[in-house]
Amino acid sequence: MSSGPAISVRNVSKRYRLYHERNQTLKGTLLQRKRVEFEEFWALRDVSLEVPKGGTFGLIGENGSGKSTLLKCMARILNPNEGAITVNGKMSALLELGAGFHPELSGRENVFLNGSILGLSKRQIEERFDEIVDFAGLQHFIDTPVKNYSSGMYVRLGFSVAINVDPEVLLVDEVLAVGDEQFQRKCAEKFAELKESGKTIVIVSHALGSVRTLCDEVALLEHGRLRVIGPPGQVIDTYLGDVHTDRAPDGELGTRWGSGEARIEHIELLDAAGSATTEVQTGEPVTFRFHWEARQPIQKPVFGLALYTLEGVQVTGPNTRQADMVPDTISGSGTVDLRVDRLLLLPGTYDLTASLLDFTCSHAYDNRHRAFRFDVRRGEPQEEQGIVSLGGTWAHDRNGGPGQ
Amino acid sequence: MTKLADYADARELTINLTLRELRGKYKRSVIGWSWSLINPLATVLIYSLVFSFFLKVTPDGGSPSGLKVFALFLLCGLLPWNYLSNGMVGGMSALVTNANLIKKVYFPREVLVVASLISWLVSMLIEMGVLVVILLLFGNMALPWIPLALLLILLQSVFVLGLGLMLSVLNVYFRDVQHFIGIILQIWFYATPIVYPINVVERAAADHHFRILGMGLDSLYHLNPMVGFVEAYRDLLYDLRLPPAGDIIYLAAWSVATMTIGMIVFNRLSGNLAEEL
Ligand SMILES: Nc1ncnc2c1ncn2[C@@H]1O[C@H](COP(=O)(O)OP(=O)(O)OP(=O)(O)O)[C@@H](O)[C@H]1O
Ligand SMILES: [Mg+2]
Repeated sequence: MSSGPAISVRNVSKRYRLYHERNQTLKGTLLQRKRVEFEEFWALRDVSLEVPKGGTFGLIGENGSGKSTLLKCMARILNPNEGAITVNGKMSALLELGAGFHPELSGRENVFLNGSILGLSKRQIEERFDEIVDFAGLQHFIDTPVKNYSSGMYVRLGFSVAINVDPEVLLVDEVLAVGDEQFQRKCAEKFAELKESGKTIVIVSHALGSVRTLCDEVALLEHGRLRVIGPPGQVIDTYLGDVHTDRAPDGELGTRWGSGEARIEHIELLDAAGSATTEVQTGEPVTFRFHWEARQPIQKPVFGLALYTLEGVQVTGPNTRQADMVPDTISGSGTVDLRVDRLLLLPGTYDLTASLLDFTCSHAYDNRHRAFRFDVRRGEPQEEQGIVSLGGTWAHDRNGGPGQ
Repeated sequence: MTKLADYADARELTINLTLRELRGKYKRSVIGWSWSLINPLATVLIYSLVFSFFLKVTPDGGSPSGLKVFALFLLCGLLPWNYLSNGMVGGMSALVTNANLIKKVYFPREVLVVASLISWLVSMLIEMGVLVVILLLFGNMALPWIPLALLLILLQSVFVLGLGLMLSVLNVYFRDVQHFIGIILQIWFYATPIVYPINVVERAAADHHFRILGMGLDSLYHLNPMVGFVEAYRDLLYDLRLPPAGDIIYLAAWSVATMTIGMIVFNRLSGNLAEEL
């Protein structure tokens, strides 16, 4: 086949109609001759991009920015009002798993039905049948009607069929976040495998971490327009830059609880120069500062800090008691700092929880859960996998040294 | 170009969707496939009782077959009628009931309407098969006429598919199409010689001399293509004779015209299905 791009999107615009009062009756239309009132809304405006063969392409943007609309246009489910899209190669779209399953039919019958909806011939499905059932892990249930499946089983079978269509171009919209953990890992492996074997993949996702690691190129959509397109790090940083300007410097993101005799009034992140910020770089020296106020003297207070990723994974949780830094008493107001010589968090967005506890750590005077959000940008070390760097250095023995 | 390739791919899909319709239709019922026979039998029983027994409707004997059984006379008209009405209603809901599929996967959307029609075609063929067997038991040698009957079924299928395509998209835009169809089907049923023989209308036309657009009652009545279809089925299977060539040409014209309009309407309105549903 030609060596051109796998997908080329040229000046595509897509308009939705928003009906004020949907005149959905024939009677109304015939009798009243009332004109249907609607407003036009451009979900995509003049978008052009190319996805190279074998590339993994990410689409990111806020809710409602038009990502799914663009993907559906690529999948030919929607027709663009202007512009054109060409796709080279067999395409399969994972927009919803198990679309087209018939509850009364058995798993086996549904595999054939779903496979043919996704464009497979009977022979092709027969060839892949065992693999599909294996991957879904449903050997014992394959002859049961799918109405008796659990929702997880339903999803597994749907994913398994869709992924085994063996497309040259795969479109994926937020479907990775289903199934139990084991199945999710299976899916992630399958994606890596597809990528390895040179398939073109387009992913729509809010999981910026996965986009950063999986994609070769990322496009940022903003109100239906293409804002930037480029390497993942750069585009995601632009996106986070936008998101963070919308953010209050010390916004209340989470919940707050505690008895209130003493409170953490203000949380700050200081960069190397000592000025407050919400954006730092990997490897930079930083300081987390809590401003506290005690209405009455507090005996042996413990200050704690916890960091979470946006997905809610706790990264760390140091406190002053573990560090043996508990004052006998505090009163009035003051600050407490956690100084970090070299921030080993990798690029991403993190939430900070600040807490002020009694010495047993069982009673909270004040707990501000995920109250402060900050971004980490690419710095030194330039690693990409995972959440933290170990800050280690590599060394070869004399057989692998650079001077060889 | 790509559209053509889609249709090639769609053959498999059409078969599978048809099977889904058929299995879905019959899997749940305990008696399964026999439902497709019990239903018309019940209708025949009721209509025979009302029209033949109480109202004393008596069709002339089949000529040249000489057959004189009201239930069989009725069935020859009722089966094509059921095919029309099931096909229309099925086609009408084909897109709406598969909204989930249309919004998530690409394939030529016509396939849904075609699959629905084929599933009703299968029922029609089974019912017709049973009817022929019964006719044989009554000594009506219908076997030689089967090839022509099959051609007639094909012609009617084109007609019904055209209507189905039209209704399927209209039903997406106007959700009250089904109510209209309910009424239209009722009027249409009695405007077609199913429960009564056509000579009833001819006699009535002779008594009343009113004219619309220069046409007498009789000519107006014959405009209805279902009159032609039902009469043609009866000619072949009940009377055992060739239907008039003029009638068949008239029906073919209707079928081609309906199909053409159906395709035009469908192509016009089906572009935005995924967002309108
Ligand atoms: N069928 C529809 N009719 C009218 N408006 C629609 C329709 N589908 C989507 N929209 C509008 O188009 C815009 C883009 O929607 P789209 O689903 O593409 O967003 P998205 O980027 O995928 O968002 P998310 O991150 O929430 O998935 C939204 O403002 C949405 O309200
Ligand atoms: Mg979306």
